[in-house]
Formats: sequence, structure tokens, C-alpha cells
Amino acid sequence: MTAHPATETPVSIRDLGITFSTDGGDVDAVRGVDLDVRRGEVLAIVGESGSGKTVTARSILGLLPETATLRGTVLLDGENVVGIRPDELRDLRGPKAAMIFQEPSSALNPVFTVGWQLIEGLRAHERIGKKEAQARAVEMLRRVGIPDPAKRVNDYPHQFSGGQKQRIVIAMALALKPAVILADEPTTALDVTVQAEILDLLRTLRDETGTAIVLITHNMGVVADLADRVAVMYNGEIVETAPVQELFAAPQHDYTKRLLAAVPRVEIVDRGLKAVGEGEPTVAASDLVIEYPGRLGRPTFRAVDRVSFSIAPGEVLGLVGESGSGKTTIGRAIAGLTPVADGSLRVLGTEMRGVREREFRKRRSEMGFVFQDPATSFNPLLTIADCVAEPLVVHGRASSPADARDRVDELLAAVQLPGDYGDRFPHELSGGQRQRASLARALALDPKLLIADEPTSALDVSVQARVLELFRELQERFGFATLFITHDLAVVDMLAHRVVVLHKGVIAEEGPTGQVLGDPQDDYTKRLIASLPVPDPSEQAVRREAWRAS
Amino acid sequence: MARIRLVDRLPVLHQFRQSVGLQRGMLVAGLVLTGFFLIMAIFAPWIAPYRYNQLAVDGQNFGSQQPPSAEHWLGTTVGGYDVLSRTIWGAQTALMVIIVAVVLSIFVGILLGLVSGYFGGWADRTLVVVADAIYAFPTLLLAIVASIAISGGQSGLWAGVLSAAVSITVVFIPQYFRVVRAETVRVKSEAFVESAKVTGASTWRIMFRHVLRNATRTLPLIFTLNASEAILTLAALGFLGFGIEPTSAAEWGFDLNKSISDVTSGIWWTSVPPGTAIVLVVLGITLIGESLNDLADPRLRARRRAGKTAIPADVVAAQQPASREFMGEVE
Repeated sequence: MTAHPATETPVSIRDLGITFSTDGGDVDAVRGVDLDVRRGEVLAIVGESGSGKTVTARSILGLLPETATLRGTVLLDGENVVGIRPDELRDLRGPKAAMIFQEPSSALNPVFTVGWQLIEGLRAHERIGKKEAQARAVEMLRRVGIPDPAKRVNDYPHQFSGGQKQRIVIAMALALKPAVILADEPTTALDVTVQAEILDLLRTLRDETGTAIVLITHNMGVVADLADRVAVMYNGEIVETAPVQELFAAPQHDYTKRLLAAVPRVEIVDRGLKAVGEGEPTVAASDLVIEYPGRLGRPTFRAVDRVSFSIAPGEVLGLVGESGSGKTTIGRAIAGLTPVADGSLRVLGTEMRGVREREFRKRRSEMGFVFQDPATSFNPLLTIADCVAEPLVVHGRASSPADARDRVDELLAAVQLPGDYGDRFPHELSGGQRQRASLARALALDPKLLIADEPTSALDVSVQARVLELFRELQERFGFATLFITHDLAVVDMLAHRVVVLHKGVIAEEGPTGQVLGDPQDDYTKRLIASLPVPDPSEQAVRREAWRAS
Repeated sequence: MARIRLVDRLPVLHQFRQSVGLQRGMLVAGLVLTGFFLIMAIFAPWIAPYRYNQLAVDGQNFGSQQPPSAEHWLGTTVGGYDVLSRTIWGAQTALMVIIVAVVLSIFVGILLGLVSGYFGGWADRTLVVVADAIYAFPTLLLAIVASIAISGGQSGLWAGVLSAAVSITVVFIPQYFRVVRAETVRVKSEAFVESAKVTGASTWRIMFRHVLRNATRTLPLIFTLNASEAILTLAALGFLGFGIEPTSAAEWGFDLNKSISDVTSGIWWTSVPPGTAIVLVVLGITLIGESLNDLADPRLRARRRAGKTAIPADVVAAQQPASREFMGEVE
């Protein structure tokens, strides 16, 4: 399968600079980047959002918006793609370089069959007949592990699962045997168990075809699993390039050290609840059923099926599960945002089944909620201080946001934000700062219960570490009970006293954190933990073998 | 950096600073034309040489269909009015109609849209159907019916302005209603609205404090487009004879109507000035609306190319506090 007139470095970038013109003046997104991608290697570019990793990779394919200006050279198989004519660039895309996108559902056109989309790429570059193209498409699907490809080739994207869709996107990228494939966060949108399969597929394909892969990711576990060499980007520059073993074992640059230190690891510490809160549990669910009404002529969808659990006062319960497991739905039901269909759910002494908003409103002062995306959970037209004061004003603890300002400053100090940040608007804060402000708002009324729905999944690793640390401090100080919803086992390991693992709306396993993560009994929990890539290349290699064997 | 400066938050001025090239040209042309129109409307009593219903000076009649002269720069109409004066005074009538029509429709439309979009349900569906039904109705016919119902066709200044404004309002409410409703539906599913719900804020507080202000972004745009439509409707009503009596106010559509017979006899000065006025005002307001629309959308907004020389990162940092902060955070 060595179709290329093999250049040893399919991609060679020299002194690349990319400048964007924005409303706020010119922004240098990338400065003086030198990078080589060797044949058959997986080069990971890591860095946090805004570090320029995606822009650098996209420049190889010329996939930058009009507002970008490029300097330097990007040699793709010996040809400079900086300043190249669009039609020449089109000839390079596909045979020389291809791309795998983050979100497989939006990378595929929903109105065409996957076969049609595969064939379109083939026929754009090669003169081949319909039959032959169809046969090639089926062959490609077989190689990426789609079962029954001859039949499935005529299916539409929505008929495939998320992981299968990503396999199809990979098949499209591989169709013309490119010298290099750019994979932009290829597994970020996927569940952990599916991620393990996709990473395995990428590795196998690389071994078989000798294609180089440029992997863009923020997940150090994925890097440890797949990469041969790692380039670390920070603030538009490459600060360090090293083989993966070396990088993890002995990082040279300060930033790399900090980045690696911030990555959460599953350490499995048994965090016993010191003083189990007396009296009634803060939240008690028994045989809880939550359903979403189906569209006309379709049955209702049961998102949560007969789930029972409880949260004692002062306890942190981690609710873990993959997408579609119903974990967010449970959080919303506790907050009274989604009605309970059957069973019983008692929150702070109020039965939520058939509860009227009017009755529950008083209880709301005892409850805080931290949302997943800090960017959207603040009213963009109010200042941070006004947003944090909102619960105080609503519950009559203050007559106006100005009146509540002292308390607001106190809260902002508690989450380690300077008081003058209160005068800023939400968009003037970084993601981590916004999430801390969000925490301040949730704690404004001294709640007995905090619901945190994936509070760190939209944040960069280093920021996530600090938010979690802060969260743990505050929890120990104020002793509120917490429902911590997440898909990340490492995060649960850091915080939770007890864990509930949800799978397809049913509880798979439940118990103290150390026990569930350290010695899982349920098959699904075992698979979930085995799929989690650890940020250590040697250990991950061992785990990978174990995962393959299972 | 703590607060956005006031200059950047004023609607039109902010866009002006953002604009570049052709888009800036369009915006400036629109602003100049509209500014000229506003000045004419507000200062008509001082700018115009005569009053709109004046037929004589010092007991001396102007005379009918007089060609342009030193006394009458644009001549006189068949009814013996000064054309220039009536054209200038016409701006005042047009402005009044715009203001009344837009004020009436904007409040009703926003309120209905907000309530309908936020609560949903059967009331929402009924309102949407009614709005669609009004859309399907010919605008002008509706305006004529409303005008007759209010004033019996011919009327004085306020009755005329009101009838024109109300008839326009009926047509405009669905537009504001739809836009605000669509935005409300979008905004109410955002996390910050849910966050307010979880806090226990009352429904009215959520609607007016959190949803309303976030749902009105596109209103300046519709406002400009509707303003030009209001002028056209007023002119059409006047032209069809449902407008305002020449003795109570100057009105461009009415003057155009009276000048039809003049055109065939080679008298150009009675029809061209009011016609040009209509075209220019509508053009000016539309240009503003169009360029606001383009500038509001980052994908349509033109930008200067990035310079060849890189500028220091401080400039970036000054614009975006987050970009320079150490690992995205500040101690």
C-alpha cells in the first residue's frame, strides 16, 4: 500500500506566520512555526484553545478563512501551498492530504447516502466508472470496520451511530490514500468507549497504509495512546517538540510541565465522607422514571428508567455516564426543569412528582446550579456583579444589585476573582473565570444542594484543574451536598465520595468512589474504565493490550 | 477595559467605526440623506420660504402652475401652492407618520412576540396564524380600509397622520411580532434563562430582565426598513386620494396626484420635487438598514486585510483580556 512516491517528510512547515484581521485589530494567531511530519508517524499538536494548533494544521490544507494572511512556507509533498491557486490546491486535497473533523454528524451531508459521499471524493480526482467506484466505497467501509458494508453503503448518515459516522469520515479521508491526514479533535465529540475504538482504528490504518497523521487534541490521554511525536503549542508558538515517551517522562519547557501536571489522573483514593450528615437525605430518588414525549405517532422516550439513589447532606455524588445515559436529565429533574413521570423524587423535602413551580420556588433558594457552558449561562447584557446578585435580589435578600454588592464581592473573593471583575461583562472574562463566577452565583444563597452539570468539560485542562480544586475547597468549607454530573472518570475520582454509573437510563453500578473505580463489578463499568486513556504512554500501551484482549 | 466605552455601544456610531470600504460608503450615504431629511422635517417652519397652505403673500396670489422663478424656486402647483415649501413641509408629515406608526407597532409587536414566544401553546399558535393572515392581505388595501374607517377618507393633519399611521401599524405589528417571537424562542432555551429559572426568578422577571433585551438585537434593522415602507404607504394613500387635505398639511403623495395632469403638458416642476423627495428618503433609510444588516453579521462584514507587519501582541491583549492571561487565568 505504498502508493506514494515516498517523500520522507510529506509535510514540512518553515517559519509559518498566520495573522487574522478582526474587529479588534490584527491578531497573530501563529508565529514562526517550524514543523515536520515524517512518513507514517502520528504527530500530535497539543495546546489549549487559542494556542493556534488548529490554525497551523488547517494551513496545510489551505482551509483558512479569508481574513487570514499567511507568511512562510508550508510544503505539502514538496509543493508550497502558501499563496497557491485555488484550483491547484483542490488537486492536492484528497490525494495528498485529507481531513477528519471533530463532529462527525456535521461533517457528513444528511441528504446523501454515505456511499454517494465516498464516491464523490473518488470521482473528483480519478476517472473511474460507477460500478468500480461503488466497489471501492464498499471496500473502504469494510476497512474502517462498518459491518455489512455492501448493504450499509446505501444508508444515510442518520442511520449510523456517532462512532460509525466518524469511521465513515475516516474512510472518506483515506479514500485517495493521502500522504497525510489531519485529525482535528477526532474523538472529542465521542464517548470514551467509542473513542478507544476510533483510536485503535486510526492506529491500525496508519500501520497498514503508512499515512502520516497530524493529530490535534487537548486530551493528553489520547496523545499518550496514539502519538509518536508531540509538538506543544502555546500562544501561537511551538514551545517544545519531542518523542512522546520523552515528553511525558521529561518535559523541558515550563508550559509543558504545567500542562502535564494539570491533567487529571485516575488515582483511586477512597474519600470517605467524614461526618455523614444527619437526618433526611438532601435528594432521594426511588424508582424514578423520566420520559420525553415522542412526536406524533411515536412512543414516548424513556430517558431514565426506575433509578434509585440518594444524596446525604454534605455528600458529593458523582453521576457518570456517556451521552444519552440520562445523567443530565436527572440533574434537570432535581432542579425542576424536567417533569418526573413516575416513581418518586424528593428534593430538599419536596416531592418533585407533579410539583407546582409556585410551591417549589421557595425551596430554590436552597439550591444552586452550575451549567456546562459558562459562555451561555450568563446574561450577556448584565455585568458579572448583576448576574451574581440575581439570586439575592430574586429571593429578597437584597433590594437591588447595587445593594447586594458587598455580598457579591465577598462571593467573588471566595472563588478567587478580584472584586473589580464584577464590573465586567461576561464576554470579557475567560472561560475559567466565567465558570468560577458561575460557581459564585450558585453559592450566593448558601445552598444545601449544588447541581453541577459537566461544569469543566468546556474548559481547558489547566483551567479545569483549578476550577475543580476550588470546587473541592469550597465544598469542604461550606459542606453543601453536591450532585456532580460528568462523563470524565478522572474528575469524579478527584471529587466524589460516592459514584453512580448510569448506562442507557439504568444504574449500572453504585458505590464509594474508590470501590467503583478500583474494583468495578459491572461489565459496563469495567469497559468504561478500561477505555479511559491514561496520560502516560507506557502505561497506556499496557492498558491498550488489556483493552484489546477484553 | 472594565466597561465598554459609551461610543462603542451607541447603535449606529458603533457600526460606523466597524465599517470599511463600500459598506462604509453605503452607511455614510444613508446617514447623510436621512440626516438631511430630519433637518428638513424639524426645521421646516424656518427653512421653507412659505407655509404649506399659503396661497398669497401680501394679498398677492402666487398664481397657478407658475414656472420656477426668484420668488418660487420650484414654481407653484395647480392649486397655487409653492412647490418648494410644500416639499419641505412634506418631510414633517412623513416624519410624524413614521414615528407614530413605528411607536404604535413596536410596543404592541414586541409585547405580543415576547408573550407568545415565551409561553408558547395555543395562544402562540393562534397569534402566528393571525400574523400570517395579515401578511397575506394586500398592504395597501388594508391601509385604505383603515384610513376610511378612521377618518372617512379625507381629513385634517392629525386625523390624516393617525389614519395613515394606524393603517401602517396593522401591517407592521406582525413583522415585529415575528422577529421578537423567533428571537424569544431562541433565547429562552439558552442556559442563562434556565439559570434564572433555577434561581427561582418569577416568570415576568425572566421575560423582561433576561429575555427581552436579548431578543431585540435586530429591531433597529426592521425599524429602518419599516420606516421607508411607512413613507411609501403614506405616499400611496395620498396618491390614491385617501391622504391629508392640502390645507391641513403638506403631503408628497397628494401633490404627486395633483400633478398627474401637469406631466402631459410639460410642467415638470410640480411632480419631480415631491417624487425625488420620496425616492431620496426611502433610499437613505434603506441604505442605513442594509448596511446595519451587513455589519451586524460577522460573515457579511468586510474587514481590512491584515497588515504585512505583525503588530505587538499587546494590541491583541488590549482587545481581548483572555488572550494574554497566563494559561487563560488571572490570579
